[in-house]
Amino acid sequence: MIYDFLLKLTGSEIAAGFIQSLLPLFVFILPFALIAVLLERKVSAHMQDRLGPMRVGYHGIFQTVADILKLMQKEDIVTDNSDKALFNIAPVLVFTGSYAAFAAIPFSGAFIGSNIDLGLFFIVAVSGLVVAGILMAGWASNNKYTLLGAMRSAAQVISYEIPTILVIITIVMITGTLNLYTLSELQTGHFWNWMIFGGPSTGLIKVAFIPFMIIGFVIIYISTLAEVNRTPFDIPEAESELVSGYHTEYSGMKFAMFFLAEYANMFAVSAIVAAVFFGGYQSPFGYLGNSLGISWFIPIEQFFWFTFKGIFFVLVQMWLRWTLPRLRVDQLMALCWKYLIPIAFVNLLIVGLITVL
Amino acid sequence: MPMLTEFGKIFIFLLTAILFVVVAVVAAKLIRPSRPTREKLLTYECGENTEGTPWVKFNIRFYVVALIFLIFDVEVVLLIPWAMVYQSFGFSGYIVGVIFLLLLGLGMAYEWRKGDLEWERPKIVPPVLAEKMNLEKPDQLTPKEISI
Repeated sequence: MIYDFLLKLTGSEIAAGFIQSLLPLFVFILPFALIAVLLERKVSAHMQDRLGPMRVGYHGIFQTVADILKLMQKEDIVTDNSDKALFNIAPVLVFTGSYAAFAAIPFSGAFIGSNIDLGLFFIVAVSGLVVAGILMAGWASNNKYTLLGAMRSAAQVISYEIPTILVIITIVMITGTLNLYTLSELQTGHFWNWMIFGGPSTGLIKVAFIPFMIIGFVIIYISTLAEVNRTPFDIPEAESELVSGYHTEYSGMKFAMFFLAEYANMFAVSAIVAAVFFGGYQSPFGYLGNSLGISWFIPIEQFFWFTFKGIFFVLVQMWLRWTLPRLRVDQLMALCWKYLIPIAFVNLLIVGLITVL
Repeated sequence: MPMLTEFGKIFIFLLTAILFVVVAVVAAKLIRPSRPTREKLLTYECGENTEGTPWVKFNIRFYVVALIFLIFDVEVVLLIPWAMVYQSFGFSGYIVGVIFLLLLGLGMAYEWRKGDLEWERPKIVPPVLAEKMNLEKPDQLTPKEISI
């Protein structure tokens, strides 16, 4: 584990913990956000038969770097009517909520921020901070668009949290663990050991699980999509009606923080879906390090697979964004309360019945 | 040497996130210009003058959604420990969970019947019993419009 290595290197637990808490941010989230913002613009452009950013660097690959330099020099406006204290705290809360989720996500066999047994539960709980931050931002801006956006966003995020948790409970019933590290280790070996193919169980039970696992995957993917406010569930930020939702009044670095939190969140939910259903950092077929006999190579391969799966689901999110139209608010609530939650309930009961039979 | 628990590491993660935002905002403050004018400091409303305050009474639907969420969330928190251990109790452990979930489902069916899951409720659903016993004619109940 990287933590033990850092502990030997620095000799102090606090220092080691601090350095390892910086790792996901600087090694992963910032580069990911740089690439994902560009990717989103390029993907959207090519889906609409445009070229997207082309000027900065070859085919615009340095566009995001230029954007960040621009955002750093932008004036930070706090309007006269806003509630200034809450206005300044809100970006901190939103970013903290989305970054804390990375503490419990295993990036590879050698790196997990905090190996707690309550992993999944912690992630679901700490994402509640984001809701508080969004409501705070919308309220403190003292603007009609932001308040509407914040209220819609809060209602949407909390509603869609329930199908997510129900699917997670279904997984817990099979595996008996909430720890994402243990969960990933359970799905080791080949891709037929992933939860979506029935997990590590064997025989007839494994085959019986598969359809219900696929239903569970579809439910959790839809509801996590809604939790990060992506199209088709982007009514909180609907550009054509609400300017840009709860962060309309934010500018400069505080806006950049909201943006970063949004992309961090996108990756976090993709990583959770991958860890729960698609084996997390496990390779779909054996490791090169194993066959060549180089054991230190395995964690690097695992990191590659983790990134690959995460980015794949992020790409699907982008694909959906440019394919589907936005839902109305009543359709959004109906989808959650009348379809996803009852289906998730029945799914949970059937999976439970299979496990005890 | 003090032992750092796993939750201690999470605490450090939270501190790092807070520090990162604070450092980024403060660093940007050193670089960026600050030339506020009256127009810049007005609340944004698509170029119009701001009308009234946004801090007004809000649609009751949001409150109802929050209330239903609260009930579900608490029940889900109770379900997680059950999901961890029910297999060691065999079939009876499963039945206990089913009874709990059925109660939850009953509550949800009630909310659904009462129309609390609809975003826009056009009219009040009269109680079935009153209709049958002819206590009150449904059309005598005045439907109340809910403004958004």
